Amino acid sequence: MRSAWRWLLAISLTASISQAQANGWNMPVGVTDVSADIYGLHMTIFWICVVIGLLVFGVMFYSLFRYRHSKGAKAANFHEHTSVEVLWTAIPILILVGMAVPATATLKNMYDASDAELDVMITGQQWRWRYEYLGEDVAFNSSMSTPRAQIRGEEERGEHYLLEVDQPLVLPINRKVRFLMTSDDVIHSWWVPDFAVKQDTIPGFINENWVKINEPGIYRGQCAELCGMDHGFMPIVVHALEEEEFDSWLAERKEAAEEEAMGADREWELAELMERGETVYQAICSSCHQGEGQGVPPAFPALAGNQELIDDLDWHLDKVLNGVSGTAMPAFRSTLNPVEVAAVVTYTRNAWGNDTGDLVQPSVVVEQIAQ
Amino acid sequence: MAPKLPPQHNLQHSSTAVADGQAHHAHPAQPKGILRWLLTTNHKEIGSLYLIFSLTMFFIGGIFALVVRAELFQPGLQLVNPEFFNQMTTMHGLIMVFAAVMPAFTGLANWMIPLQIGAPDMALPRLNNFSFWLLPVAFTLLLSTLLMPGGGPNFGWTFYAPLSTTYAPPSTTFFILALHIAGISSILGAINIIATILNMRAPGMRLMDMPLFVWTWLITAFLLIAVMPVLAGVITMMLMDINFGTSFFDAAGGGDPVLFQHLFWFFGHPEVYIMILPAFGIVSAIIPTFARKPLFGYASMVYATAAIALLSFLVWAHHMFVVGLPLVAELFFMYTTMLIAVPTGVKVFNWVTTLFRGSISFESPMLFALAFVVLFTIGGFSGLMLAIAPADFQYHDTYFVVAHFHYVLVPGAIFAIMAGVYYWLPKWTGHYPNERLAQWHFWFSIIGVNLTFFPMHFAGLAGMPRRIPDYALQFADFNMLSSIGAFFFGTSQLIFVLVIVLCVRGGKKAPAKAWEGAEDLEWTVPSPAPLHTFETPPVFHRSSH
Repeated sequence: MRSAWRWLLAISLTASISQAQANGWNMPVGVTDVSADIYGLHMTIFWICVVIGLLVFGVMFYSLFRYRHSKGAKAANFHEHTSVEVLWTAIPILILVGMAVPATATLKNMYDASDAELDVMITGQQWRWRYEYLGEDVAFNSSMSTPRAQIRGEEERGEHYLLEVDQPLVLPINRKVRFLMTSDDVIHSWWVPDFAVKQDTIPGFINENWVKINEPGIYRGQCAELCGMDHGFMPIVVHALEEEEFDSWLAERKEAAEEEAMGADREWELAELMERGETVYQAICSSCHQGEGQGVPPAFPALAGNQELIDDLDWHLDKVLNGVSGTAMPAFRSTLNPVEVAAVVTYTRNAWGNDTGDLVQPSVVVEQIAQ
Repeated sequence: MAPKLPPQHNLQHSSTAVADGQAHHAHPAQPKGILRWLLTTNHKEIGSLYLIFSLTMFFIGGIFALVVRAELFQPGLQLVNPEFFNQMTTMHGLIMVFAAVMPAFTGLANWMIPLQIGAPDMALPRLNNFSFWLLPVAFTLLLSTLLMPGGGPNFGWTFYAPLSTTYAPPSTTFFILALHIAGISSILGAINIIATILNMRAPGMRLMDMPLFVWTWLITAFLLIAVMPVLAGVITMMLMDINFGTSFFDAAGGGDPVLFQHLFWFFGHPEVYIMILPAFGIVSAIIPTFARKPLFGYASMVYATAAIALLSFLVWAHHMFVVGLPLVAELFFMYTTMLIAVPTGVKVFNWVTTLFRGSISFESPMLFALAFVVLFTIGGFSGLMLAIAPADFQYHDTYFVVAHFHYVLVPGAIFAIMAGVYYWLPKWTGHYPNERLAQWHFWFSIIGVNLTFFPMHFAGLAGMPRRIPDYALQFADFNMLSSIGAFFFGTSQLIFVLVIVLCVRGGKKAPAKAWEGAEDLEWTVPSPAPLHTFETPPVFHRSSH
């Protein structure tokens, strides 16, 4: 009878754990071998803790119930027992050694980023990610695409609220992909739970991690290290494609990048630049300088009606290209292409009542960068 | 062995030659009103000041937490903007760690260590006064940063560079000054405690006769002296980076942001034990009292405490498993961290075995102490899980970590402090606390604490990062529960204040030995303890240890 109860308990616990899995109460098993190994370690140590807990709390609550003063319990007077004390020091050590062995093996595997077939550079910036496919001339920024109106509750929130981006990272399945991770400003942390990849991106350091995805799909994560005001709005979305699909996607992106580079040579119309500039502004600049250029002084100065900016085009261009040291304003010379810089500078000089009428051609930006 | 109780033996005799009643005539007239508290050098009065200060800060830090929980009640930004949210999480952490938990333990140490070792006062009474009065200065300054342009600290209580240097608000310089002042206060307090314990024990009381609260505080004080200067160093480097153009932590100038984390956690990990070792001492006093049975494994408790303290210097980088440490470092810090489970386990086993075949009653101090054992152990389990470095890649910086450290700090450190307050209130005031209200306080607290922090385990495992002002929709239920629990817990702490106020004003009279099973020296002096006690050293009888 007693053992039947024990079985029932075990079955219901197991059932509730797998239920938890489905409902998002537990760590995901994920879609890589490493994430599955980590899930295994997590559940093993969890069950060890449960068993120890049941034993310790069992004795404790038994004693609390059995030896109540109100029921006339008389206290014993023992206060030492060497062999018991040695035993309960030794047994935990053995359990820990048993736990350390598989943990060490998993960790060694996680640290082996050799023989990768693709290198992706991940750069954290306040508050977006930049992905560069090394050796492929493909690079882009990835910002949260959830509208601010949803955050303020003025619009209904979508299914992937706060976990959606304008341009996801695209990766192939079944290939070992090495990540090289750094930051342009403060420390961020790139985390996708389904890959069990979490790695800080640190200015001045290049960290390494890797992933080999087993199943195609869309995987979501977030920045995990407090990185300032919009830390909570720095999601990660990864599209994992079949290998052939990925190859053709990469080829397409390469072609598009070449076209974009050509665009720097031609003359652009004001309307074209304004349209492009607004897109760039909303994706890159608005998190600090706000949607209408009003800023959050003193940390993030207003751009609308900013006299210094309106009066001096060269100053303006210099700040966008080279940043302002000692502040949160980064240098965009290497993260935006000349067309994007020209567009966003033209846009900020003509939007929100900054009616300078200035039109900055991409070719001017190219010159400026060359100097 | 060196002779015990060297010259101060004579000193005591000279100052205690006067009988109790006449002692006051020997001193100049006591100042009245506010001056009395500003100038007091009496360990009991300073202890009370520490405890009142800590309780005040507990509520201020608690209000900050409630702002955070109110914003997180549902998805979206409703009440505060992300800038202010970050200031609230940061201030909540700083105030709770440095202004609530640490001063509470120092207050208990001030009150109880002289009483437990049979000393007339702390060894350095004027320094004691100075140590306390630094605190209101430090934390008024810290709180005032919230009103400064650009707002207060917004980089988390761990203030990682360069977010806290290059990218920090202008008020950061004041934050550094405030922390310096608080740090000096801690160091001076620690020096005083060590001097008192090593020099002023009653004749015949060996180190291995001391109550465990005294032992744990002795070890804690050494930890404080060892690591507060490291904190002072790291914030001074920040100060230089911000104001004097150095680049300790600025990669653009050749500095190293990871160095900051090594220094911070070399302070920060022992700091965690600074907040829990005295709690072990309190619980080790209360459980034997209400089990009416001597503490099991006194010697192993002392050794386990010392082992935990030593290990605390070798585990700091387990807070940094995802910063890209080399593999050998990860393995080293994983193994040492797992090892901490051994002495901690010994402590829990000892407490449980003390209960076994005791004669147990359930007054409010005991309830809090028992809850401590269970819930601290749960926090220990999640700590063991976090020690597994590969798994930490998933747990790190999520709500799982938030759940873990709140389990060891709230039903851990803070429940132990409350247990201690209920245990010693009869000694301080001469009255028993209102038991019925205290039991309400206990049951509300234990429900509130679990409702607040248990769902955080699930939120973290499901993928919610910490320190975010808004979250994806799948975390909504967990957060709503946590927020309800937090308001429940916060509100029920008002009962605690009520019990204390009522107990100071009156209540059932307590005899010298307020609890039937209590053994230590503090129960030999009258309740309330008179302003001056043990002017003649007591005769110490070695009892059960």
